[in-house]
Amino acid sequence: MLELALKGNKKYFGWITALLVLVGIGFGAYLNQLGFGLGITGMSRDVSWGFYIAQFTFLVGVAAGGVMVVLPYYLHDYKAFAKVTILGEFLAIAAITMCLLFILVDLGQPMRMFNVILYPTPNSVLFWDMIVLNGYLFLNIVIGWNVLEAERNNVHYPKWLKPLIYLSIPWAVGIHTVTAFLYCGLPGRGFWLTAILAPRFLSSAFAAGPALLILLCMIIRKVTNFDPGKEQIQSLAKIVAYAICLNVFFLLCEVFVVFYSQIPEHMDHLRYLFFGLQGKSSLVPWMWTSMALMVLSIILLVNPTTRKNENVLTVSCLMVFAGTWIDKGLGMISGGFVPSPLHHVTEYAPTVPELLITIGVYGAGFLVLTILYKMAVGVKEEVRS
Amino acid sequence: MAGVAVLGIGAKPVLDVLAAGQGEVAGSFKLQKGEGALNAKQWAMVIDTRKVEKASDLEPMISACHKIHNVPQMENKNHEIKWIWEEEYHYAFPTATSRYMNEHAEHIPFLVLCNHCENPPCVRACPTKATFKRESDGIVMMDFHRCIGCRFCMAACPYGARSFNFRDPRPFIKETNKEFPTRMKGVVEKCNYCAERIAVGKLPACVEASNGILTFGDLFDPNSAVRELLKSNFTIRRKQSLGTEPSVYYIV
Repeated sequence: MLELALKGNKKYFGWITALLVLVGIGFGAYLNQLGFGLGITGMSRDVSWGFYIAQFTFLVGVAAGGVMVVLPYYLHDYKAFAKVTILGEFLAIAAITMCLLFILVDLGQPMRMFNVILYPTPNSVLFWDMIVLNGYLFLNIVIGWNVLEAERNNVHYPKWLKPLIYLSIPWAVGIHTVTAFLYCGLPGRGFWLTAILAPRFLSSAFAAGPALLILLCMIIRKVTNFDPGKEQIQSLAKIVAYAICLNVFFLLCEVFVVFYSQIPEHMDHLRYLFFGLQGKSSLVPWMWTSMALMVLSIILLVNPTTRKNENVLTVSCLMVFAGTWIDKGLGMISGGFVPSPLHHVTEYAPTVPELLITIGVYGAGFLVLTILYKMAVGVKEEVRS
Repeated sequence: MAGVAVLGIGAKPVLDVLAAGQGEVAGSFKLQKGEGALNAKQWAMVIDTRKVEKASDLEPMISACHKIHNVPQMENKNHEIKWIWEEEYHYAFPTATSRYMNEHAEHIPFLVLCNHCENPPCVRACPTKATFKRESDGIVMMDFHRCIGCRFCMAACPYGARSFNFRDPRPFIKETNKEFPTRMKGVVEKCNYCAERIAVGKLPACVEASNGILTFGDLFDPNSAVRELLKSNFTIRRKQSLGTEPSVYYIV
């Protein structure tokens, strides 16, 4: 089926070229990092994880969000989603690819990464994260490819695929739960030390993933002859609406526990993020923007008249995506490191090379996504004609 | 790329580990101890802060350690590497401070270092066993050659005891001690309780340079010097409530 991705108009190849340029720029910056070390980033002794790990965390959510189309279709036989499940699965593949690349660029000694397999350490959550992420990648490649191929040949997908499809549903929950466990099991980090971290991660995942999927559906409808469908987009929008409500609710649960109990080790991180601490407050405007975006999007998504207007829906989905990205891709990781365990306030901001590498990874992810979607859409157009 | 790589290859060692526990396993060996090596079940340190007045009292210990362990002097504070250093009481014990405190404790610098916890969260977090708790004497050690630089241990440590080599440290070492390895960029490092000195019968460098402020000994030996001090003095440890069981005790 890959040949479908090799045919396209000028715009298609222009887009591919643009993405390749981004990948090239990122790769150049990465070579620089490989030579100098992670010192070219804004990370420090106090804030030892930064933008890379934050993007990784956010994108695990986007990958897990794909299950929100798989589950209704395969488990509840919601037929309308037959058209879009492949888009969810392929989005998951692209997102996991980016996750793995972000882990890779964050390693101080990337050539030693196989040590994780050479010296397997089941007591480390990172070991399990490696297993669940690669497993989910594998599941989605096998499932997505075979289902699409069956559709192209106008036959039912092979029977052996069904157990894998069922397995991929709890597995999606698993990838984001294990990713949350990376953080919430650490004794000295009050911001993450909360049992609601995994549910929070999942709720924001189920908002951000399907929101991105809606935006991608809109784009596909515009640039191809395949229409993912009005009903499908509306159903996805309802999922986003519920998930973003839950995400804000979980965040408020956290806010209540932290500020009512007034335990400083837990409270100071949220104070830093939303009000600033010891005069340091670079994330404050971001965090309030995130809150505003999420609350506004709830109003627009829950209200049926605004949700059903596709122009408003597009804006709402952009707001959900941006709001959850700030929450997780900016605040979640830095917030856990500021203040430090010794209560020093060292702020973090990504540097230019760090941003270039990040853009390069996103470029690679969107390249994978474009090629996969080109294939999927190609098959859909073939089948229809 | 990473995905494909992480998928299939390297299954053999996994099987080795799963097969472990059935007699001799490849790679299990015994290290012969040196003749004069010091022995303990769990090394511990007692810091008598009553004997500390000012920063210059701690300085010899810090420089002795950093000199023999080739700890670089980084210009950029973000890239700082330190094994043992001084902190004000409020930073060393952020969960046990009061507004009104004993003046001495409030004003003196406190020596902080890796606590060589009995229950170390960093060891739990490491995905490659590059950091491990040595069974023979409880020292939390690092294998600089196995560390992949993921920095999970730094997130796990509640004491900020770990440093990461954000760049090649070698140009920043004033005088290289050829007896101890230098590190490369991209790996984590921290205090090793002078395992290399204990192996040849010497006390840790900081203890030797401490003028009686530091006492080093076996926590599990009721007759050891540290146990004598713990018996006769009230001591505190950093963030005791976390259950990590630090092996560095402070007499205040």
